[in-house]
Amino acid sequence: MSTDTLTATAATEPPREKLTKKAITADHPTWCPGCGDFAVLACYYKVLEKRQIEHEKIVTLAGIGCSSRFPYFVNGHGAHFIHGRAVPLASGISLARPDLHVFLFGGDGDGFSIGGNHLDHGARKNINMTYVIMDNFVYGLTKKQTSPTSPIGFKSKTDPQGAIDQPVNAMKKLVASGATFVARTHASQVNHMIQMIERAMDHPGFSVIECLSECVEFFPGAFDSANPRKGGAFSVIEEKKYDNTPEDEFRHDVTDELAAYKLAQIPFPGVFGVFYQNDRPTKNALEKKWVDSTREKLGNPSDISVLQKTFDRMK
Amino acid sequence: MNPTPSLPETNFVPGSPERADLRPESIDDAVIRLAGNSQDGIQSAGAFLARLAGRSDQDVMTYMTIPATISGGPSIFQVRIGSGEVLSAGDEADFLVAFYQHSYQDHIGFLREGGVLLYDSDNVDPNLDDKRFVYVGVPITGLTVEALGGTAKDKGKNIFVLGLISKIFHLDVEKMKKLITEKFAGKDESIVNTALMAFQAGYAYPVGNVLSKQYQFEHVVKKPGAPDQITMDGNQALAYGLIAAGVRYGAGYPITPWSSVMETLRRELPKYGGLFVQAEDELAAVSITLGFSYSGHLAVTGSAGPGISLKTEAIGWASMAEIPMLIINVQRGGPSTGLPTNVEQSDLFQAIYGGHGDSPRVVLAAKTVEDCFYIAVEAARIARQYSTPVFILSDTSLATRIEAFDEPKLADLMLDPKPDLSTIDTHKPYALDKITHHAPPGTRIRDGKYPLISGLEHDEFGHPTGSPKMHMAMTAKRRNKLRQLAEELPVPEIYGAEEGDTLLIGWGSTYGPIHDAVKRAREYNEKIGAIHLRHLHPLPNGLEDIFARFQRVVVVEMNDEGVYGFGQLATILRARYCEPKIESLTKTDGLTFRVREILEGIFHRKFPRLVAANGARPNGNGASSKTTDVPSTATATARAEAKVSPARDHAGDSTPTRPETYEAAIPSKSQDSTA
Repeated sequence: MSTDTLTATAATEPPREKLTKKAITADHPTWCPGCGDFAVLACYYKVLEKRQIEHEKIVTLAGIGCSSRFPYFVNGHGAHFIHGRAVPLASGISLARPDLHVFLFGGDGDGFSIGGNHLDHGARKNINMTYVIMDNFVYGLTKKQTSPTSPIGFKSKTDPQGAIDQPVNAMKKLVASGATFVARTHASQVNHMIQMIERAMDHPGFSVIECLSECVEFFPGAFDSANPRKGGAFSVIEEKKYDNTPEDEFRHDVTDELAAYKLAQIPFPGVFGVFYQNDRPTKNALEKKWVDSTREKLGNPSDISVLQKTFDRMK
Repeated sequence: MNPTPSLPETNFVPGSPERADLRPESIDDAVIRLAGNSQDGIQSAGAFLARLAGRSDQDVMTYMTIPATISGGPSIFQVRIGSGEVLSAGDEADFLVAFYQHSYQDHIGFLREGGVLLYDSDNVDPNLDDKRFVYVGVPITGLTVEALGGTAKDKGKNIFVLGLISKIFHLDVEKMKKLITEKFAGKDESIVNTALMAFQAGYAYPVGNVLSKQYQFEHVVKKPGAPDQITMDGNQALAYGLIAAGVRYGAGYPITPWSSVMETLRRELPKYGGLFVQAEDELAAVSITLGFSYSGHLAVTGSAGPGISLKTEAIGWASMAEIPMLIINVQRGGPSTGLPTNVEQSDLFQAIYGGHGDSPRVVLAAKTVEDCFYIAVEAARIARQYSTPVFILSDTSLATRIEAFDEPKLADLMLDPKPDLSTIDTHKPYALDKITHHAPPGTRIRDGKYPLISGLEHDEFGHPTGSPKMHMAMTAKRRNKLRQLAEELPVPEIYGAEEGDTLLIGWGSTYGPIHDAVKRAREYNEKIGAIHLRHLHPLPNGLEDIFARFQRVVVVEMNDEGVYGFGQLATILRARYCEPKIESLTKTDGLTFRVREILEGIFHRKFPRLVAANGARPNGNGASSKTTDVPSTATATARAEAKVSPARDHAGDSTPTRPETYEAAIPSKSQDSTA
């Protein structure tokens, strides 16, 4: 749990070079040309470069899906896990290693369908990590099946007559399950995306960004209505500035859960920005508090003396 | 029969200590079964007996059944205390305590002839005409209420009975009171006082008026320098073994009979700066565990069969990604929800082969409670050394039974769990020419090439590849490390005859009954030996040399004989060694093997307990073996060779042949000296 037990090798380190995009670029992405996920990868590089995070402290994780190939394209510690379980994998890393920056990337199927339960519980427990869900409203890696966010009427190989199931409302789901940072962005709006990723990173707790990321192959044009270059409108949430102006009253209070639901209620393409943010204590902090107080009560004993005492009680 | 010069005792029975029949008879082994309902606290009364035995350097083993109901229901706790080696919890009871009529009815068949029935005369109305037993009726409920006053109702009658037993077996009262006081220490003082009052009331009851015999265990003299005994159950031993092995992180989900491992770790790990997480489901539990392990802290998850099924995909990822991890399976009866509170060894295939693809992992099985501790230490070492998932198989019987064993030497065992984050020049996570050892995140790599840990088939750097050549090479790499491990595994020692007619092979919790069976059969001059496998995958090298020394090889295990007539380990051994003389003895009644079941299953005849070899039995009448027990449910398949044709031999599928009557098999007293 404690960082001081982990890093003992700082003294003889060679001087650090600046973290560049080149240093963190790995394999060329296997995504289709025009895929929205390229923009997310580019924004991630930008944020890492801008923040100059120590290279070895970056951990990039994913489950399964087109977007979940993400870690292969990042040169840094990382893991490509199984379908839907990246949140618990990231939870273990986050809880054991507070010195690391835990980033998680995935799609709508991975996050809202097969991994839906873990999303809820990661959020509820408020485990510290930054999670970007690249939502394309379709299963791409398996070639065009209905996804949990496919709109009603969407024709896919599993719904040739058009999707009939109510899609997940990502913002409502995340707010309801207790995520403490919930935002929405669009792959065509890189500046907005960078801003959201940075704010998510800076937020201590379970931070999730839903990024609409177009699948040019199986659901082309899905998000044009929110893309000004395609004739749509990218409506950004105006957050309260607490400047005592009359217009501030109409701005969004990110700590107001009900207001977040109201924003999430706006029909597609809806609005973009931070829906909800709350400073609830993280599981990381609460567990650490318990560990620290337990050890303090015992007088910070050595491991062997703790176990010996336990054995003495069993004689 | 043991000579029983009673110890000179003064004033130990109120009333008439001079009476010769009231002097304690010296015994070296007793099986005491407490039968009641689970809410009566018979488990804690039994546990006190077990701990006292441990503190007196006696060998002790317990056995319990738990009802699958949420609260209450019939339940037993059995304690076997011996001044010598105790291997199994006992085939029959010398002493039965019945709290209710159903306890009496369900368990009187387990009492040996000449055994003592101690019953709560407020609740039980035994058939006193059955002259096989000694009856001791005590109004346990009434006297407990009387002793404690009205508010406690009959809560505390477990402790009252403990007092009675302490009197009858002449146990060390001061030590027992100390145990009771320690147990309730930290709670309200009135709880300690109430417990001591109940104990005192039971102890003071003039049981000598209704039971003319009292017993005393032969005193065990502790050798100078011998380690102290510690007393715990198998799940505790697993948890503390993990702690000794430097495992500081883990995650799990509640399921019987695994839960108490996670409860112990959740409570204990923070004391060591670690953490155990209760996850939202089994899939999350194994994934969190992999997160811990990936981050540099070897971690543990566990469950029973149903939960292991759910974890299976992630375990395959651990094989593929070569992440070390410990998975405990406290087996219960399956498939599906199965028999949640019964014992079975039917998850061996699952442990070795569960999941899709060729996914090598190590599988170990603990043989005793003590071994639960050491196997956890060994599993952690193997997981670290070979960067592999390692299964530890336990089962309901190990999980719930209490044994006393030598205190482990912690100074030699305790490991430093800190991950190594030293900067390295370069790193290939999956180098083909060596065993993978990951550089955990946070490790700075000077050449700037960072490793990707992957569930896709990958190249040496962890990047995905579809190359058939690479898949073949990586598959071999993952499998070869198990072959390398097999090289270093010790060949199991043979118990009993080094060569001869029959070799028994066991794994897991059947260790005790199998070894007891060997002991007893050898008293009948059978040339029989046994090996017990702790390493099930990979198997140690050299087993074929042991097989060659025996005419028959019988694998004894608690699972089904399957379509082809062989239990799970027997199937594996036959496939591995192409040895047609390997036979299979299996059973699926959800209870631990009895010594008798093993012997009858192998030899199709009786081997009643010979008293001469077992020392004195309580009540003196050692030669009378109780014979009306439930029929053996073991199924033996004895075939000269594998028969897989449609016309295969079904003879072995029926219940083993039995002598016409049990009585015919009871040895007369004169036989005692000949065996």
